[in-house]
Amino acid sequence: MRVSEQGSGDTVRFRFDGVGYSGRMGDTVASALLASGVKLVARSFKYHRPRGILTAGSEEPNALITVGKGAQAEPNVRATVQEVYDGLEVFSQSAWPSLKFDAMAVNDLAAPFLGAGFYYKTFMWPKAFWEKLYEPVIRRAAGLGRLSGRHNPDTYDKAFAFCDLLVVGSGPSGLMAARVAADAGLDVILCEEDSRMGGRLLVEREDVGGVPAAQWAERQVEALAAMPNVRLMTRTTVTGAYDGGVFGALERVTHHVPRSGAPLECFWRITAARTVLAAGALERPIAFENNDRPGIMMAGAVRAYLNRWGVAAGQRVVVFGNNDDAHRTARDLHGAGVEVAALIDARADAEVGDVPYPVHLGAQVCGSTGRGGLTSVRVRTGAGEVNIKADCLAMSGGWNPTVHLTCHMNGRPAWREDIAAFVPTPDAIPSLEAAGACNGAFSTAACLAEGAEAASRVVEALGGAASVEMPEAEDAAYRIAPLWAVAGKGRAWLDFQNDVSVKDVKQAAVENFRSVEHMKRYTTQGMATDQGKNSNVGALAVLADATGRGIPETGVTTFRPPYSPVAIAALGAGAQGKGFAPERLTTSHKQSEEMGAPMIEAGLWYRPSYFPRDGETTWRQSCDREVGYVRKAVGVCDVSTLGKIDIQGPDAAKLLDFVYTGMFSTLKEGRVRYGLMLREDGTVMDDGTCARMGAEHYVMTTTTAAAGDVMRHLEFVCQMLHPEWDVTFTSVTEQWAQFAVAGPKSRELLNGVLGEAIDNESWPFMACGEATVLGVAGRLFRISFSGEHAYEVAVPARYGAALFAELVKRAEAMGGGAYGMEALNVLRIEKGHITHSEIHGRVMAFDVGMERMVSDKKDCVGKVLAAREGLVDPMRERMVGLRPVGAVKSLSAGAHIFDAGAAHVHENDQGYVTSVCFSPDVGTMIGLGFVKNGPARMGERMVVRDHVRDLTVEVEICSPVFVDPEGGRVRG
Amino acid sequence: MREGLSGNKGWQPHWRDAEPKAEYDAIIIGGGGHGLSTAYYLAKEHGMTNIAVIEKGYLGGGNVGRNTTIVRANYFLDGNSQFYSHSLKLWENLEQDLNYNVMLSQRGQLMLCHSDGQRDAYARRGNSIVGQGDDAELLDVEGVRKIAPYLDFENTRFPIYGGLLQRRSGTARHDAVAWGYARGASERGVDLIQQCEVTGIDIENGVVRGVQTTRGAIRAKKVGIVVAGRSSQVAAMAGMRLPIESHVLQAFVTEGLKPVIDNVISFGMGHFYISQSDKGGLVFGGDLDFYSSYAARGNLPMVEHVMEAGMTLMPMIGKAKVLRSWGGIMDMTPDGSPIIDKTETEGLFVNCGWCYGGFKAVPGSGNSFAHLMATGEHHAPAARFRLDRFRTGRGLMDEEGTGAQHNLH
Amino acid sequence: MRIECPLCGGRDRREFYYKGAALVRPDVDAGAQAWDGYVHLRENPAGATLDLWQHEAGCGAWLVVSRDTVTHEVYGVQLAAAYSVGARA
Repeated sequence: MRVSEQGSGDTVRFRFDGVGYSGRMGDTVASALLASGVKLVARSFKYHRPRGILTAGSEEPNALITVGKGAQAEPNVRATVQEVYDGLEVFSQSAWPSLKFDAMAVNDLAAPFLGAGFYYKTFMWPKAFWEKLYEPVIRRAAGLGRLSGRHNPDTYDKAFAFCDLLVVGSGPSGLMAARVAADAGLDVILCEEDSRMGGRLLVEREDVGGVPAAQWAERQVEALAAMPNVRLMTRTTVTGAYDGGVFGALERVTHHVPRSGAPLECFWRITAARTVLAAGALERPIAFENNDRPGIMMAGAVRAYLNRWGVAAGQRVVVFGNNDDAHRTARDLHGAGVEVAALIDARADAEVGDVPYPVHLGAQVCGSTGRGGLTSVRVRTGAGEVNIKADCLAMSGGWNPTVHLTCHMNGRPAWREDIAAFVPTPDAIPSLEAAGACNGAFSTAACLAEGAEAASRVVEALGGAASVEMPEAEDAAYRIAPLWAVAGKGRAWLDFQNDVSVKDVKQAAVENFRSVEHMKRYTTQGMATDQGKNSNVGALAVLADATGRGIPETGVTTFRPPYSPVAIAALGAGAQGKGFAPERLTTSHKQSEEMGAPMIEAGLWYRPSYFPRDGETTWRQSCDREVGYVRKAVGVCDVSTLGKIDIQGPDAAKLLDFVYTGMFSTLKEGRVRYGLMLREDGTVMDDGTCARMGAEHYVMTTTTAAAGDVMRHLEFVCQMLHPEWDVTFTSVTEQWAQFAVAGPKSRELLNGVLGEAIDNESWPFMACGEATVLGVAGRLFRISFSGEHAYEVAVPARYGAALFAELVKRAEAMGGGAYGMEALNVLRIEKGHITHSEIHGRVMAFDVGMERMVSDKKDCVGKVLAAREGLVDPMRERMVGLRPVGAVKSLSAGAHIFDAGAAHVHENDQGYVTSVCFSPDVGTMIGLGFVKNGPARMGERMVVRDHVRDLTVEVEICSPVFVDPEGGRVRG
Repeated sequence: MREGLSGNKGWQPHWRDAEPKAEYDAIIIGGGGHGLSTAYYLAKEHGMTNIAVIEKGYLGGGNVGRNTTIVRANYFLDGNSQFYSHSLKLWENLEQDLNYNVMLSQRGQLMLCHSDGQRDAYARRGNSIVGQGDDAELLDVEGVRKIAPYLDFENTRFPIYGGLLQRRSGTARHDAVAWGYARGASERGVDLIQQCEVTGIDIENGVVRGVQTTRGAIRAKKVGIVVAGRSSQVAAMAGMRLPIESHVLQAFVTEGLKPVIDNVISFGMGHFYISQSDKGGLVFGGDLDFYSSYAARGNLPMVEHVMEAGMTLMPMIGKAKVLRSWGGIMDMTPDGSPIIDKTETEGLFVNCGWCYGGFKAVPGSGNSFAHLMATGEHHAPAARFRLDRFRTGRGLMDEEGTGAQHNLH
Repeated sequence: MRIECPLCGGRDRREFYYKGAALVRPDVDAGAQAWDGYVHLRENPAGATLDLWQHEAGCGAWLVVSRDTVTHEVYGVQLAAAYSVGARA
């Protein structure tokens, strides 16, 4: 019920479960529903018990709703956080068919069978019944809200920020800290979870600096907003503390307005030299029988709804507490004209003063009635039990400092007996200091003072001078006598969402789940969406009591990030669709697409798969044609994605001798050599060619996938292993566009574009050098991956597109043309050339027949460990060629190889197939694979079995070189 | 059901909290999943009941209590192949064996592939799995669509080419596994000693004699080290240096949601995997944080990377909210495969190096380690998990093919 | 996590590549034990450690970082080139 229109904004209309309601600008869904008298808003997780609004903040365990519909629907939104706006549609969840009549509530009747740990001891006999019967039922019943199952349609964002001081929370401590630091000239970021700055100052009736608290807060915010060194961030929750002064923070950018296309949320990574945690405190419930009915709320929340939103949570309210703070709720309600049916304080010696409503000291609420909402509470006094009619109970078990962030780096909070609560351990987060209520200081004056002091220390630590002007404020002592659970027979609830009762915790202790971690895991206490913010300390106290230990000895559970839940879309902003990884495009990309080539991923690059022609209906037809270009005429292929590293200096040759297995210091200028690179563990890391362009100048190529690894490896060798070498290098992968021109007519084609014609004498196989290409200074390498007479021609990348077009045009005129990855793969398999299919990380030079390439004249990376006994065993799986010889002519990569006649089981495994293709040259499919002792088994007939594709093929083990085994063509 | 009708008063403690005796036939250092299952099988299969499990914190408080609960047998290299196959078979009978519901849910695991080469590598893996006697199916993109229609098949950065499905893979309730083994061991007479930290290993003339603990010295004829996350420290007490680097692996769980992901889905290109718990939370994780650490907590770069992988693969999870993140300490070996072996000290055994795959191994690891400790002979399914494979190069098991040296897994 | 690159200043962890323990590479003929120790066996301390990082997305410098593996506190950073000369001497 709205009892005051003071300060409230324009009327807005929204719908809850299809029913229209009105609220005021600035309302949350919770305050607006309470103003409309709605009590029942949700059902609990396990027993589907009716649930109302408990709190006024993000810690809310009960009032979870779904906002919006369709793909935009967002489940599990706290009604206490979601602001209302015109057209907002929200829905209750976890109830079927309706909130008022929830069929799953039968679980509540079956509760005796569903106590703590019920899953483990039951539901398993007979065998298979768990999975077939029980589990599906439990899965259907579980869960809260529902994901739409459709792709996220909204925009989320991420950002970085840096500051001298991060202030977390904008209550009295936070505002004061921000003000002191900002006045001293520090760069300050002030984050506030709420839509408005001010924290408890917005909801308490008291004066600060001689004006109402909210007004004082507003003035501070105005002053801060005017300062260029301050960034104020409302609706921003600091979610996690990480190493090096880094904090995660979630800004809810546009959840409070209709969709506009602007980001819904932004996840911030804030790096702060210093941090003041001023996160306040959270009020905790008291466990008593049926303390979970709609209408039973936190006393501080009742006060907040009244003082900030002008909403009375009930018409006749009972206030129940064990501390002085609860008295304020009775006072403020009465002051606003709401009937206070009774103030009940568990402490017999509590000081209440002369108040115009009934007071019961030394009394406890021990039960309640009301199915869909509270109708009365049962109160146990010295004189016996009485029922008091009420539609709202405001309870307070005391306040827990919000220590969560201080636990994120494994810090454990410390128990303080005087306030019966955990407070942060100093220095739990380096460079962070807690101030105010989150540090156990509960009066406004103490909060202001701690905020100012913390900021002053930061200012001084950063070399400045702080000046502080303290406003006058309330400084009443906080007195409390712990009361965790009221004795009684019925179920008294601790965790409202997960339905964990006092009995469950006691039962866990009986079953020897005495560690707080065991109890938590066994009962699911504290594992709901509030992560135990409301219930952990109470449950811990009950466990301590049940096990005869004190609270500090019993322990605490660890609070871990995030402080409050964060959408995956926010943490993963930018990655949806193509954003996950960069897309690298070659200079020929556009033309390849125009030629109809399907572009496929090759690492981060895209490369053409094949270039289809009219009339071709399968990729194989295109591929075979392109292979024919290279074997019979001339083909052109963009090979720019290969890594290119330019290496220069007097010690360049030493570096190459050290990172390659072979010798490069003996390589003549103007010549190219194939090189194999090992990891220190001896496995093959990469392969490629390296060209000596001059006495102290080499150009190394790497495979597309390993370019970055190789670059890092070279840096490591030169900085860590041999800093004395005088050599420099840089990646030039993107600076040069490089094209393979391959086939018997390749020289003829090239001589049409080169400034100076070449012949076999001037440019023999494995020659390299500078060359002018259509007037552009470029490079020419006579190397071949296809086994044909071939070249690679390189020009600065800005000429790449033009050169590709020209080469392709000329090739087509000569009966050839462009070829793609499929043809490239066939050409190299036919020649037994390896790619990452063969050098898949477990393969040694020995396994691919390259052991002779490991020079015995010098040290190189990987040399020692490659020689380990197990790695030079002839029985290792080693590379061979495979040729189908039986009726089935098909081959598949990934199939395993067995001796003829042997069962196709693991013990008989002889090897596997790595690469296959149809070879137009051979006329059948051919393959490369690895077979135990392979080189010694040439000519042997074996069986290739592909279980997962159901294919069995008789093969002959053969040389991996299928085409031109003498190698004459490359020299032609 | 009887307990429900009598007000749940008859339940007994799950296990006895024992005081350490002066001497045992064998001591297991470490009361995690592997240690408890070792104790259980020593008692059950080898009749060794005068044994103790010594745990410095609380039972099941290490990685068995903080993981993504995936159970599978889809390894392909010799050694791993036999072992995980054995472990999965033990899983399948665990509930009846322990009389405890570990909530094994064989909902299937789907590993997605994103290129022809990856599909062929998965075919090789699938063939190895089938050859071992386990199940594997190679799916094309339509097959994947049937199982996970919510994936982004149109716009994801690395398009989905297909996948490898193992239907017998799934999940289990991680804590329950530890509790079930603890209860089973305790029932058979094993002493479970919590809050007792081993501070030294007593060795005389190359033979183990017992351990020093925060609750006094305890003699033992055999000692097994089963302390993933602290293996290097405990092994150092016996003068050993292990081929292990400790790394932190983060994992995440969202708020509860109605069922939406029916299987375990793995996205190799993004180092991302996900399943949905019976309570409705999406449970997922990714790669190591990649720096050696004992902090049991991680940092934001990997958090964000994992979420980014999720968003490109299955953008329907965008509005699920991460409720909790945590970090476990992984024993990383150079080749990414574990160690179950004797040591140079007679009577001292090690079980370590499970990298980030220890949960699924819990039954097999305990079973094989118990065999080794009881008989002195390597158990066939785990016979390849040797310490000396790095020195000899024999039997390296680098499943990922990233190289058998540190920091590549 | 942040690391102070001696050349670039304080930078976020995401700019760095991590390699592992900062060890001195043995001679080619140092023997199997020395090589096993270099490539495989690790002290793996729970506490202060020296490890190798590269400012890969920055200046490319390899760094030797003095760090605590339990608290993640970074004590100091030096260029690997300088460290290596000292360590091998």
